[in-house]
Amino acid sequence: MNDMTPTREQREAKLEGMGCKRKRVEDARFTQGKGNYVDDLKLPGMLHGDFVRSPHAHARVKSINSEAAMKIPGVLAVITAETLKTVNLAWMPTLAGDVQMVLADGKVLFQNQEVAFVVATDRYAADDGINAVEVEYEPLPVVIDPFHAMDADAPVLREDLAGKTTGAHGPRKHHNHVFEWTVGDKDLTDAAFRKADVTIKEMISYHRTHPSPLETCQCVCSFDKISGELSIWGTFQAPHVIRTVVALIAKIPEQKIHVISPDVGGGFGNKVGAYPGYICAAVASIVTGKPVKWVEDRIENLTATSFARDYHMTTELAATKDGKVTGLRVHVLADHGAFDACADPSKWPAGFFNIVTGSYDIPTAHVSVDGIYTNKAPGGVAYRCSFRVTEAAYCIERGMDILAQKLGMDPAELRLKNFIKAEQFPYHSALGWEYDSGDYHTAMKKMMESVDYAGLRREQASLREAFKRGETREIMGVGVSFFTEIVGAGPSKNCDILGIAMFDSCEIRLHPTGAGIARVGSKSTGQGHETTWAQIIATEIGIPADDIKIEEGNTDTAPYGLGTYGSRSTPVAGAAIAMAARKIKAKAQMIAAWLLEVHEDDLEWDIDGFRVKGLPEKFKSMKDLCWAAYHAVPPGMEPGLEAVSYYDPPNMTYPFGAYICVMNIDVDTGVYKIRRFYALDDCGTRINPMIIEGQIHGGLTEAFAIAMGQEIRYDDAGNVVTGSFMDFFMPTAVETPHWETDFTVTPSPHHPIGAKGVGESPNVGGVPAFSNAVNDAFSFLGSTHIQMPHDFWRNWQAAKNLGALAA
Amino acid sequence: MAKTHVTMKVNGAEVEGLVEPRTLLVHFIRENLQLTGTHIGCETTHCGACTVDLDGMSVKSCTIFAVQAEGASITTIEGVANADGTLSALQEGFRMMHGLQCGFCTPGMILRAQRLLQENPSPTEAEIRMGISGNICRCTGYQNIVKAIQYAAAKINGVQYQEAAE
Repeated sequence: MNDMTPTREQREAKLEGMGCKRKRVEDARFTQGKGNYVDDLKLPGMLHGDFVRSPHAHARVKSINSEAAMKIPGVLAVITAETLKTVNLAWMPTLAGDVQMVLADGKVLFQNQEVAFVVATDRYAADDGINAVEVEYEPLPVVIDPFHAMDADAPVLREDLAGKTTGAHGPRKHHNHVFEWTVGDKDLTDAAFRKADVTIKEMISYHRTHPSPLETCQCVCSFDKISGELSIWGTFQAPHVIRTVVALIAKIPEQKIHVISPDVGGGFGNKVGAYPGYICAAVASIVTGKPVKWVEDRIENLTATSFARDYHMTTELAATKDGKVTGLRVHVLADHGAFDACADPSKWPAGFFNIVTGSYDIPTAHVSVDGIYTNKAPGGVAYRCSFRVTEAAYCIERGMDILAQKLGMDPAELRLKNFIKAEQFPYHSALGWEYDSGDYHTAMKKMMESVDYAGLRREQASLREAFKRGETREIMGVGVSFFTEIVGAGPSKNCDILGIAMFDSCEIRLHPTGAGIARVGSKSTGQGHETTWAQIIATEIGIPADDIKIEEGNTDTAPYGLGTYGSRSTPVAGAAIAMAARKIKAKAQMIAAWLLEVHEDDLEWDIDGFRVKGLPEKFKSMKDLCWAAYHAVPPGMEPGLEAVSYYDPPNMTYPFGAYICVMNIDVDTGVYKIRRFYALDDCGTRINPMIIEGQIHGGLTEAFAIAMGQEIRYDDAGNVVTGSFMDFFMPTAVETPHWETDFTVTPSPHHPIGAKGVGESPNVGGVPAFSNAVNDAFSFLGSTHIQMPHDFWRNWQAAKNLGALAA
Repeated sequence: MAKTHVTMKVNGAEVEGLVEPRTLLVHFIRENLQLTGTHIGCETTHCGACTVDLDGMSVKSCTIFAVQAEGASITTIEGVANADGTLSALQEGFRMMHGLQCGFCTPGMILRAQRLLQENPSPTEAEIRMGISGNICRCTGYQNIVKAIQYAAAKINGVQYQEAAE
C-alpha cells in the first residue's frame, strides 16, 4: 500500500452514509428558486377552477343560478352537484369509510363547504365567476357544541344516512353518531377503580386545530381525450393511494392514471386525503379536454380542508396511595365535523389512540371513543402525528400530572415509579400493543440531570413563596412530558388503507459506472428524503451517497408505496431501502466470489466492497462489481444489478422522549415567557443527525403553536372565527423559543437498520410539555386542569378565575 | 378588463407586460415573467413567502398591484446568486446551517434576510428574529434560519462564523 491509498476513515467519510450530517441535496434548487411546486406548473391552454362556498354552517340549497356567471368573460363552465351526478361523482368515499359531498347536494353542512366549481381561462376570471353565481339558501339550525350533538332533539345533519343504524365501524346510537370504538377490559378496569386508594377524573380537551403547511392543497389535472389518460400533479403525501382512489371512483383504468407529486411545500398530514378540489379539477379537465389547475387559498385551506384533533377526553386514573397506577379509563367524544374524513388506517376509526397507556406499566385499561357529526369542516387528519397519538400522549401526560398533584408527588417521580422497565421489553400493553424497545429510566434521568430538575423545583418553591408574600406577580411552571409514540404503520396484519396493506417499497438500479438511482414509495414534503435515503444505501452497499439519485412521487416510475405521514417513512420505506440494498449486495457478493475465484463464504464486507478473508489485497469494490454486473457475471446469472423490495413491517416502532418546558407567567397580563425547552429524543438509529435536529425544531415549534394559541374556533352560528393567518396563531421567529435537543439511542430490534422514525415525536411530546408547564404554574393556586390553548387571554382568565388578580 | 402596460427592472433586466389594474405583482412575476421562485402562502400579507426586494425595501408581492411597481427595480430569488452562478453567502448559509426543509418559505426568507443584512450588517440574534418576523416558516422552527443568517453575515463581513453554543 502506498501513501495514496485511502484510509478506512477516508473511505467511510467518502460514502456519507448513516450517522453523517450530510448536507441536503434538495437545497441547491430550493435556495435558488428552482423548486418545482404544483402551482409552478403551467400547461398550454390550462384553465383555472375556483369554488363557490357556503356562507352558512347548515342550510338547504334551494337553487343555484349560474346564468350571470356564465356571461363573465373567461368563464367557461359552472359545475354543480347536478353536473357531477351525471358521472356519479357528486359524493366521494372517505378514507374512514364514510362518504362526503364533493359539491353541495341539496344542503350544506359546514361553513365554506364547496357548492359549485367555476372553470375559467385564468384565476381572476374564475374569481369573478364565483362571485356571480347566485345561490339561494334556507338556513337550518346548527350543531356546534359536540356535547349536544347527540341530544334527542339535535338537528339531523346527515340526511343521507337516514335509517342507517350501522356505519363503517359498527352500530350508530343516534342520527349524529358516527361510531363507537372500544378497546380494553372494562370489567377489570372498573374493578381496579373500585379498589383504588386514589382516583382522578378530568375532562381534557385537545382543541380543533389545523396543519396549515405554507403551501396549500393544489393540483393540475390534464385529461387526454385521445388516449383516455389522466395526469394529475398534486400536493399529495400519498400519490399511489390517490391513483388507486381515482381509478376506483372515476372508473379510469389505473395504468391510464399518472399521479405526480412534485416538490411539496410541507404536508403535516394536510395532504394525505382526497379533497373536492381534486375531483372537480379532474372532472373539469375531462369535460373541457384542457388542463385545469385548482389552487386553494389560505382561508379555504384553514376552513375547509382537514382539521386535526378535536378530541374531548374524559380521563380517569386509579392508583395506590404511594403512586403506583393501577388502571386507566378514558372516554373520548370525537368531533368529526360534517363527514368522517379521518385519515387513519381503515380499520382504526380512532387511529392508534389505544397507545394512551403511554410509557407506563398500567395493568388494566379501557377506552371508548364516540365519533359524532357536527356542522364543522370534515377531516380528522394526523397533524404531524401518527393517527391520534398526539391526543393519546396529551391525555396520559396531563393525567399523570393531575394524579401527581392529587398524590402530592413530584410529577417526574410519579413517572419514574410507573415507567415500563428496560427489561420488560418487548412489552405488551393493556390496550393491545407490543412495544418493541425502550429505556425510559435512562432517558428521563438524563433529562433531569441536564436541566437540573431539582434546582428548578427549588426555584419554583421559592418563587411561589415570594408570590404569596406579594413580592412578585410572576408564577413559574415546570412542564414534564415523557411520551411513547407508535409509528411506522404498518404491519399488514392490522393496517390497511381501503384494503391496501401499508407496506412500502424501494427499487434500486445500479449503473455500470458505479452510480445508480433509487425510487421509493414514500414522498418527502420537506423531510429531505433525497438526502437521507441515499445515506442508507451508501452504508449498505458502499456506493457514495452523492452517486445515488433518489426519486419519489411519480407513480409511473416509483414502486407502489403508501406515502409519507404518521412518521412511517423511515420505519417502513427506510426498511424497504435497506432490504433492496441487501438484495443488491447479495448478488454483488456472488459476482465478487466468481471474479476472485473463491466461495462466497470466504468473502467479508469491508466498507465499500468485498475482501477475501485473510487476503486483504484480494478486494473488489462495489464500483468494480457494478461494472462486472454488466460485463462479466458468473455463468447462468442474469446481468444487471437492481432489486426491488416491498417491506411489510413485523411490528410498529416506538420512539420515545423526555421533554421539559420551563415557563414564567405574569398573572396580571397572562403573558408567558418560555425560559427553557429541552427535548431528549430516542428514535433508535440516527440516519442524519442534522436532519433529525431540524425535524425536532420544527415539530416543537408546531407543538408550541398548538399548545399556546393555535385553534380553529367556531362561534355559536358555525362561523369559523380563526380562518386566516390574522387570527390563526402562526408563531414567528420572535415568539418561537430557543430549542435544546439531546438524545439516547435504543435501536428497534426488528427494523433492518434499527431506526424508529422521528418527525412527529416533537409534536406528540411537545404539546403536553407546554400545557403541563402552564398547569403546573397555576396548580399552587388551586387549579387542576386548564384547557388549551394557553394564550395570554386564557392565562389571564385562569388567574382571574383562581382569584389571583390584584383586587 | 382593459389592460395596462407596465415596465420594470427585474433581476437587472428590463421587463414589460400587459396586466389588468387588479393584477397582483406576485402573479405578474410568477405568471407573466415565469419566475416561479416567488411563492404564495397566505394572500393576507402574513406569511412572507412572496417577499421580493423592491427599490431597496422588502415587499410582500401578494399585496401590491403590478401597476404600483411601474418603473421599480425588483430582485427575486432568481436574481440572488452571485454573478458567476455560485450561491450567495445567504444561500450558502441556508444550506450549511440546514435553514430550510420544504423550501417553500425559503425564497422569501432569503430575500428578507438579504435586505436585513444591508440594513444591519451585524445583527444580534434578537435583531435577526425581529427582522424576519414578517416571514413564516412552518418547518424549521427558525433556529437554523437564524444561524444561516449569522453564517452569511460573518462571511460577508469576512470573519469566521462561530456557531453559538447550545
